[in-house]
Amino acid sequence: MPDVFLIYGSTMIKRSFFTSRYLPYLLILPQIVITLTFFYWPAVKGIIQSFLLSDPFGRRSTFVWFYNYAELFTDPLYLKSIFITIVFSIAVASVSISLGLFIASMANRALRAKAVVRTLLIWPYAVAPAISGIMWLFLLHPSYGIVALGVKKWLGVNWNPVMYGNDAMIMIVIASAWKQISYNFVFFMAGLQAVPKSLIEAAAIDGASPFKRFWFITFPLLSPTFFFLTVMNIIYSFFETFGIIHTVTQGGPGGSTNILVYKVYQDGFVGLNLGSSAAQSVVLMTLIILITFLQFKFVEKKVQYGG
Amino acid sequence: MKLTKMFVFLVVGVCLALPASVFAEPTTINWWHAMRGPRGDLVNHMIGEFNASQSEYKVVGTNKGNYDETMNAGVAAFRAKKQPHILQVFEVGTQTMMLSGAIYPVFELMKDAKIDVDWSRYLQAVLSYYMNADGNLMSMPFNSSTPVMYYNLSMFEKAGIKPLSKSEPITWDELGEITKKIVDAKIAPAGMVTAWQSWTQIENYSAIHNIAFATKANGYEGLDCELNINNPQVVKHITQLKTWADDKRFMYGGQKYQGPNAEFVAQNAAVYMDSISAIAKLKKSVKDFKWDAAPLPVEAGAKKLQNSIIGGASLWVLSGHSKKEYKGVAEFLKFMASNDMQEYWHKGSGYFPITIDAYDSLKSKGYYDANPLQTVGINQLNRAIPTKISRGLRLGYFVQIRNIINEELEQVWNGKKTPQEALDNAVARGNVQLRTFEKTYK
Repeated sequence: MPDVFLIYGSTMIKRSFFTSRYLPYLLILPQIVITLTFFYWPAVKGIIQSFLLSDPFGRRSTFVWFYNYAELFTDPLYLKSIFITIVFSIAVASVSISLGLFIASMANRALRAKAVVRTLLIWPYAVAPAISGIMWLFLLHPSYGIVALGVKKWLGVNWNPVMYGNDAMIMIVIASAWKQISYNFVFFMAGLQAVPKSLIEAAAIDGASPFKRFWFITFPLLSPTFFFLTVMNIIYSFFETFGIIHTVTQGGPGGSTNILVYKVYQDGFVGLNLGSSAAQSVVLMTLIILITFLQFKFVEKKVQYGG
Repeated sequence: MKLTKMFVFLVVGVCLALPASVFAEPTTINWWHAMRGPRGDLVNHMIGEFNASQSEYKVVGTNKGNYDETMNAGVAAFRAKKQPHILQVFEVGTQTMMLSGAIYPVFELMKDAKIDVDWSRYLQAVLSYYMNADGNLMSMPFNSSTPVMYYNLSMFEKAGIKPLSKSEPITWDELGEITKKIVDAKIAPAGMVTAWQSWTQIENYSAIHNIAFATKANGYEGLDCELNINNPQVVKHITQLKTWADDKRFMYGGQKYQGPNAEFVAQNAAVYMDSISAIAKLKKSVKDFKWDAAPLPVEAGAKKLQNSIIGGASLWVLSGHSKKEYKGVAEFLKFMASNDMQEYWHKGSGYFPITIDAYDSLKSKGYYDANPLQTVGINQLNRAIPTKISRGLRLGYFVQIRNIINEELEQVWNGKKTPQEALDNAVARGNVQLRTFEKTYK
């Protein structure tokens, strides 16, 4: 006897149900186990830890209510770190999305060797963040960076990311955005190819300029891609840029590139202050949930799915 | 029938008995360390020597990554009750290890294993960093270094400056004059650079001049200590460096050693302060100029100079193992402190030999005459008997405190804060860390 029946109702909507009551639970069990073990369990542990002061060896723990949170929010540098993170992620997301879109629309029009151009443009995404950081360090370090030495010599700019916070911020934004441009490129490229040619041609016949065609036809049709990439890029700049910060600035100078995730690592993994580090993780998690929620609530309304 | 049966019993019996007696497996001792590359090879060689020297114990060395990763691996293993016998921990982790309740203090281990160690034959400035307030050794020093001052001899000659002494330090004011000459004559774009600014310019500066880095004997005598680095002397020192930064006599090259090292090698700076472990690096990378080393500068008015303090790591014995295994650990630590091993380790890695006997042995073989650079650090370290202030630092969340000092100093260099503001702020923020640490362990 088959386990699954397909019933065709009067509205002709396909429905399926299981004869065995336990089978559906069995089928979703692996997914639940994975989510519980790798997401909920550590998250709950983290939340509990954030209310404790404990030594790293786990031999003593004191429940301290919101002590760790209070310490964080009375530390002006922590508030500054939140601000830095927001500035950093907006900068990374806008640079990489706009350049990704620009390059994709250019590559889409390439006449010759289209496949080769596209493949080459995708490559940087395969570079690990830490490697990207080291590479940009070799270009932009004030002592041994080739580009930095050139900028200092010929443009006369006093470029010194080891000493000046703004320079350091520019350097990590470049290193982080560079890698992400390829990722954005792939999605925009796919999005552009889904835009019906007939619409563009019709607009062209009506006398719309290339810019107008892009702004009134291509761009609205790309809005789902755009929305998806904004969410992904912000999450990327909140978390995955860790490798870049770690290799390039270590949060310096003067804490000017100390983004939240790096501070979690510094305090928890290196400094072994587990309570504070856990509290910071909870704040980080809340922040990212909030940002994503706001994006879905306000930005998604303007997104047009379906062509 | 009966005979064959007996024969079978006999064979089986012998087979069962053999592995336990004749082929007795040596007791395994696990050592987790953070030594990689050439240093990892030295460590493996030393372990090999120990294993070949006896058959009762077998030491297995495992590299667990860098210092942070090794310490975290040890912590995680202890929580899972799978801890190694020996764990290498960097010097800033000393306080956390000491209070962990997870250790078997080395002085007790040696006593229980009935191994007689004459601790007075060890370099006191090295031992004192790892002693408790009662003067008992908690962990075995392994790799220890101290900062010295390297200088570009070719540039000094060009500027008409005589080579510096390897034992008598110059004063900071003299260094200011030297770097002024070099910068004014455009021999180098900048005067001096320094690696690890907290370690060289505040921790060692304070120790050498016998200025308390923190109250309660730098934290040795109580968790309720507070930082003291906003004292007039340190503020004056940082102010001097800041004025030098403004007229190029000092250049800030980054928190760690890579930036400052690159500036010195590229001849962008004439003077470079860093650990003695930089000797090997400079030997390898400097090709186009002559260089030498001198002790760290001191203040002109200083009456009595103290020893500099060490950096590096020590070996902690973790609790929860059997008596027999601890006997092996003790034998191994004793073996590692032997002259042969210490000389081998020093020659290969550049870290200090930890015993006076090993030092004397090297000296009698003419090693220091052939390698005068190696005398600078050891002379500076043995300059005086360590005081309660110059013996070391015992602070909780020291990693965070160093980060805070780095952040605040960087704001001095880029002109956002005055030295007094920055150091006051570092003390206030550092004390918050100390209070949280105290609360955790009370």
